[in-house]
Amino acid sequence: MNTLNMKFIDPHIHMTSRTTDDYAAMQKAGIVAIIEPAFWLGQPRTELGSFKDYYSSLIGWERFRASQFGIKHYCTIGLNSKEANNEALAEEVMDLLPMFICKEGVVGVGEIGYDDQTAAEDKYYRLQLDLAKENNLPVQIHTPHRDKKAGTIRSMEVALEHKLDPGMVIVDHNNEETVRDVLDRGFWAAFTIYPNTKMGNERMVEIVKQYGSERIIVNSAADWGISDPLAVPKTAALMLEKGISIDDIHKVCYQNALDAFGQSGQMKETDWMENTTVDQSEKLFNNSILRGGQTPTIGELKTNPIFDSNIIR
Amino acid sequence: MDSKLLPNLIAFLEKSLATHAKPEALNWLQEKKQLVQASETGKELYVPFSAAPRYVGKVPLNLTSEELEEATQLRKGFNPGNWTTDQLARTILLLSLPSEEADTYSKTILKLFGTADMGELVALYAALALLPHPEKFVHQATEGIRTNMGNVYEAIALHNPYPAENFTEAAWNQMVLKAIFTGKSLHKIFGLDERSNPELARMLSDYAHERWAAGRTVTPELWRPVGPHINETIVLDINKLFSSENETEQEAAALACAQNNYPEAQALLDQHPLLKHKIQEGQLTWNHIGRKAIVA
Repeated sequence: MNTLNMKFIDPHIHMTSRTTDDYAAMQKAGIVAIIEPAFWLGQPRTELGSFKDYYSSLIGWERFRASQFGIKHYCTIGLNSKEANNEALAEEVMDLLPMFICKEGVVGVGEIGYDDQTAAEDKYYRLQLDLAKENNLPVQIHTPHRDKKAGTIRSMEVALEHKLDPGMVIVDHNNEETVRDVLDRGFWAAFTIYPNTKMGNERMVEIVKQYGSERIIVNSAADWGISDPLAVPKTAALMLEKGISIDDIHKVCYQNALDAFGQSGQMKETDWMENTTVDQSEKLFNNSILRGGQTPTIGELKTNPIFDSNIIR
Repeated sequence: MDSKLLPNLIAFLEKSLATHAKPEALNWLQEKKQLVQASETGKELYVPFSAAPRYVGKVPLNLTSEELEEATQLRKGFNPGNWTTDQLARTILLLSLPSEEADTYSKTILKLFGTADMGELVALYAALALLPHPEKFVHQATEGIRTNMGNVYEAIALHNPYPAENFTEAAWNQMVLKAIFTGKSLHKIFGLDERSNPELARMLSDYAHERWAAGRTVTPELWRPVGPHINETIVLDINKLFSSENETEQEAAALACAQNNYPEAQALLDQHPLLKHKIQEGQLTWNHIGRKAIVA
């Protein structure tokens, strides 16, 4: 799969919704590190404890699970825009966030922003911008599906009003209509390759052709919906085929994400460069990712036969 | 542990950290330690506990055998052989928290457990045996054994005297069974021999039968806690091991027999004079099996 022999970072992917087959395929395709933003789970949570346990799972179990497939897992922590509309609960979540945002491997506050652009969404977006600024953390902004262009511009205007440095803000889910405004204001412009609703791979290639590779980031935002955890390596392959330089591909599929989120001080290239092999006999076999009788892998995961076949013998 | 001994323990941890961390990091820790020592609500502990790796790094300590000896002199069973610098700093902070009020103290510590990331969980569980009021954390540690994070499980079960000193028999037995199920080396469990019991022996024998039925093997170390409780049922398993082609299984069978006076077990051992002799001469021990049986 990794025909380019390149390394990739997917800076927006919801692995709690994905399987170990995805991890295995991602690792094979060259993905070395991922960032999992805190988001909504497809239906609203009704209790504070659900948030606490979700955040804990991002810094605990999911991080461990990724490590077993040779992938470094980071996350951003925040109250998403949809659930900001439950104000009573949102207040409680705001009290909880400071317990989490300074944890190891938390590379920003996210994904936050607007959904319906209600007053409540605006209130908690602003409070979280302040929280990020106080703690010198990058911000990962979710831009709305509906009324997108206006919502994107508003997200940035409010961030500037709260004195955030645009270089510390990653504006996500851009398209042809929003990219110019984002880049002109000095923010990072992230693009989600997502079937049907967001960007397609072909369109992404055209964006890079037109706008270059400066401050542009590609991600998959793969989650519980129809989505593709290999969107970043696949788009990279298409870019190469369409004549985009290796250098530009490296920037939009790896380096820019590292530069943007690395500003947290919690994400360094050495995190994955110094430890490229996996010892599942020490780790994986000792926990339940492999159930009894499955064969642990030591060394290069690429040679692991269990990933080529799921037939139970 | 006894809070009078804490200053010595903290001094040892600080000495170990000093050789691995920069002066700025040590100053940071001293400053936070003083804030934690003066803390009334425990709130001053939360942020530095999380932030420790940012200041002191996550460097393995690689302690010398003299240092490890000193550790176990300070606290029986304390073995920081696999510890890292962040873990040391976090433990120093935990031990600096005022602990006169058992309920307030344990509430603060349990709150840390509730929002801990993977590295924090490892530090918390590995430190349990050093904390004052250990009885307050039995439920938490028993919960911890249910984890599927291998490193978190290891922090509780291996090189840690807390389970042997605090777990109920049921929790202990689950811990040992899970250690085998997940391929750990049993000789790393502190108090393994002292806490063996007939119910555990039965569970382990049943587990071996389950594996054999599926055409699989079990680690020869499994028979270590079984040995003292050989009875008319288990002796059949031991007999099976003696007829195994695997030399280590034969050795395990002999060691299990040597652990009790059950007549049939003694008779089986007498049929293998060479192994019996090696055991008597100290040439064959369970630790020897443990090192040999690193599970694939």
